[in-house]
Parts: sequence; C-alpha cells; structure tokens
Amino acid sequence: MKYRTLYICTALLGFGLVVSCTPIVEEMTEVEKRAADPRNKAYMVGDKASGYVYMTSQTRDMQDDDIANPAFTWVDLAEEKWSKVEGKAGKSCASCHQDVNKAMKGVANKYPQYDPESKKLIALQVKINRERTKRMGAKPWKWESDQMLGMAALVKLQSRGMPVNVKIDGPAKPFFEKGKEFYNQRRGLLDMACANCHVDNAGNMARSNVLSQGMINGFPVYRLKWQKPGSVHRRFIGCNKQVRATPYKRGSEEYTNLELFLMWRASGLNWETPAVRN
Amino acid sequence: MSKSIDTKIEYPVDRRGALKLFGFGAAAATAGVLMPSDADATPESAKKLIEKLSGTASYKSGKVTLKMPDIAENGATVPLTVHVDSPMTEKDYVKFIHLASEKNPNAEVASFHLTPSSGRAEVSTRMRLSKTQNVIAVAVMNDGSVFRAARQVKVTIGGCGG
Amino acid sequence: MARKPRVKVPSSAKKGDVIQIKTLAPHKMETGQRKNKKGKKIPRFIINKLEVTFNGKPLVTADLHPAISANPYFAFFNRVTESGSFKFVWTDDKGKSITTSKSIKVA
Repeated sequence: MKYRTLYICTALLGFGLVVSCTPIVEEMTEVEKRAADPRNKAYMVGDKASGYVYMTSQTRDMQDDDIANPAFTWVDLAEEKWSKVEGKAGKSCASCHQDVNKAMKGVANKYPQYDPESKKLIALQVKINRERTKRMGAKPWKWESDQMLGMAALVKLQSRGMPVNVKIDGPAKPFFEKGKEFYNQRRGLLDMACANCHVDNAGNMARSNVLSQGMINGFPVYRLKWQKPGSVHRRFIGCNKQVRATPYKRGSEEYTNLELFLMWRASGLNWETPAVRN
Repeated sequence: MSKSIDTKIEYPVDRRGALKLFGFGAAAATAGVLMPSDADATPESAKKLIEKLSGTASYKSGKVTLKMPDIAENGATVPLTVHVDSPMTEKDYVKFIHLASEKNPNAEVASFHLTPSSGRAEVSTRMRLSKTQNVIAVAVMNDGSVFRAARQVKVTIGGCGG
Repeated sequence: MARKPRVKVPSSAKKGDVIQIKTLAPHKMETGQRKNKKGKKIPRFIINKLEVTFNGKPLVTADLHPAISANPYFAFFNRVTESGSFKFVWTDDKGKSITTSKSIKVA
C-alpha cells in the first residue's frame, strides 16, 4: 500500500516536471503582428510611431495607393476649387498663390500659428477662411464641409513626406503650454486624460481597437468609421465624448492649443496627409 | 467601457414608454442599436440567393480564392479580392462572380460580369459587414459550372469610437 | 461642384499584356438602414451599377448593392490588344450617371 502511494506521487511529480520543462509557445498578439510588418520602419522615429503602424495591413494598403485612398476625391475637388474664381474680388486661390505644389510646400508645419490680430493661435482652417473672406470676398467654408476638408487635405498634402516640425517658441509658447496642460488633464465621467490612453496605454487594446500614440501627422484623415475625411478637431470631439466629457467646438482655443502641442509631439514623424485610419 | 458609449439609446421617460420598452419588437425600435430581426440575411437566405444568381444548387470547391482580413479594422469598409483560376479564353472563362453575406441586413453584396477579354478573373472591392459572419463568393463559368469559396471575417466593436 | 471619380489605367502597354484597372467613385452609398435624429429611416441611395467598355465593347459590369462601402472602389483586369479608350459609367438609384474615360496606347 505504501509503495502504491509512493508510486503515484512519483508519477505526479514526474508529470509536473515534464509539463514545466515543455516550452510554452506564445502566439504573437495582434499588436505584435502589426508591429512586425517591415513596411512600418519608415513610420517610426525613435520612440515615436505614426498611427499607420497600428492599422491592419489592408488599411495601410489603402493609404499607400493614392487611387485606392478615397480622401483623394476630396483632394481632387479642392484642386478644382483652387483655380476657381469666387467672390466679389474676382479672384481664385491661384490668382495670388499660383501653383499649389510650390506655394503650399511646407505649410503644414506653419499652422496652428500665433495670430497678432486676435492674439491667440489660429488653425489652418481659420487662415483659409480669412483668405476667402478678406482677399477673395467669398463666403467662408464650414470646418467639416467637403470644400474645407478637401482644401486642408490639399494644402497639407504638399508637405507629405516632410518631417513634422512646428514652431513652439516665441509668442506661441504660452499657448503650447496650455495645450500640453490640456493633454495631461483628466476630464469627463471616466476621469481620463489624453495621456492615459496615448502615453500609458499606446499599443494596448481597447476592445478591438489598438490604441495608437495619438499622433496627428495624417490629418485630415479618411476614417473608415466616418467613411469620409475628418479634421483633427472632429477627432478631439470624439475622444472627449468617449470619456464622457463635454467636447469643445471646432476651432476653439482649447482644441487649437491642443493641436499645436500634438504637432510638436509628432515632431520627426513624416506628414502623411491624407492618411487612412480606422 | 460598456457598449452604450458608442450607441445612442433613447430611454422612454414616462411609464407607458417604459411598458413599451418591454413589449415585443418595440425594444429594437426604441433602442438605437441594430438588433437581429427577421429581415436580416441568414446562411439559408444567402445560399438561396447564390442559387438564384448562379442558376444551380450544385457547386464545386476549388478555383476560387476569397481574400479578406481575419479581423475587420472597421466593419464599414472591409477590403476583399476574389481570384478565380481561369485561362480567360473564349472557350474557358469566368462569366460571373457573385458575392453574398450571411448576416448583413441583406444577403446581396455585388455581382460582377466578366468577359474573356478580362484576361484575369480577379476583382477587388470593399464591403460593409454588420457583424462577424461568413462571406460567400461563387464563380460561374461559361459552361455553367459553379465554384464556391467562403471566408469568415470577425467584426467587433472598438473601444474608442471604432 | 461635386467630387469626381478617380480611375487609374496605365498610359501604355504591349499587345497581350494583362493590365489592372482601379476605379474609385465618390458616393455615400446610403444603405437605407440608418435612421435620422427623429428615428425615421433615411432612404436608400446608392450607385447600383458600373459599366466598363473598351472602344465601345463591353468589358466588365458590376451590379452593386448597399453592402458595398461608401466611395465604391473596384479594381479589375483587362487583356489589351489594341490602343483605344476605356469608358466608365456609374449609375445611381435615380438613374443618373457619371462618366469618365481613359485612353491607352498599345504597341
């Protein structure tokens, strides 16, 4: 009897040893699979990774081919608008700026910028409308209209491939600091700050979404969810609503300051406008 | 984060409304959430649709490859490619490629009519998937034979507005 | 001013080459399933057909349903044997069409 107990214990111990020595092969997580794609190397600079890296390969395929990227139908529309005479002054964008490729090169890095007239930061959309109303005598465009989305995409497209490099010194500095404060401030019923997801949890999953670092180098982006392009301020509204915080308005000081901070945060990554995201 | 963050659910204010909420069918109407109803496609209705489109209930496997992601980035836009092994000559070519959904509100997706001058029986497009399901692709050859392929795509709710 | 379709066709090819053609049409592809803020269903409105011809001869036709994503993308192939022009006609539920053409030189 004693021997039988001893025999069983030895067998169990032996089994335990075998099991513990067997290597456990862990399957790559979804995030790891995406990160392992060699295409992503060009979209990562040091610790920074573009939202491109967090998308599935099919979504990246859509961005890599301008014909397959639906945002370009909005860009095409803006190209037509660029040469169209509108407003009381009888001018078009081309009348003053001529070629969009030459005139708008690098402009993505110039906005938001400090505006001495209003004594605060202004985003690209505000500048576009100023040119339309003051110089062309034309009607301003709504922030999320097809025309404005197209034009913002067309203008920023001319910086595609260039590194994000925005000025945060001089008169822009206090606004940059406010943007940074906003980013780190908890808000809403969920009491979360932007940093809680995009710094603390970048690369982790929020249900089936992979949380990105929240880099804005691709805006306006064609978002699969929206099935149309959208501005970065629209995305901020979505993010704020997700944590059950009252969102601010497009073009608000809060969002414009935040936009500047986020552009600085993306420094070094290349502009990808118009990117394709989930 | 619960599902209610993404979807707008209208709660009835008064008692009558509350009673309605528990009534048959009314639950789906008052909530903004897409609930499965009798009208949604089923594997049976998708099968019947394919039979109607291809003109036969018999099909073979092989020749057709349906390329789709395992997990959809977003159900609103899911890329797909259908490739059929065929020389695409006057004597031997793919006449139709049909796509059907097993769980969308409707089983119909798209039908492509090719000709021998297509040269290569391959089409790519993007479709909407309302939930995790099988997508069916069939190729109808010029001699009437039908080849079938199916693929499961996972469609989930994202955590941040996705 | 409405958005216009985008089409990619190689500008030249050799006789017998099988080329890929990519098309992208701007359209919301309203499914008829969505409800407006008042709870009323927004009626279906989609592009339901794409017809592609080459030098007048039918090449490929696509019958589309609401399950096709917004801004319908469609890529397909063609064996080229002569120079000429591809014509693309997208037709919507109201019977309206948008047309575009692209030519190719085949040596």
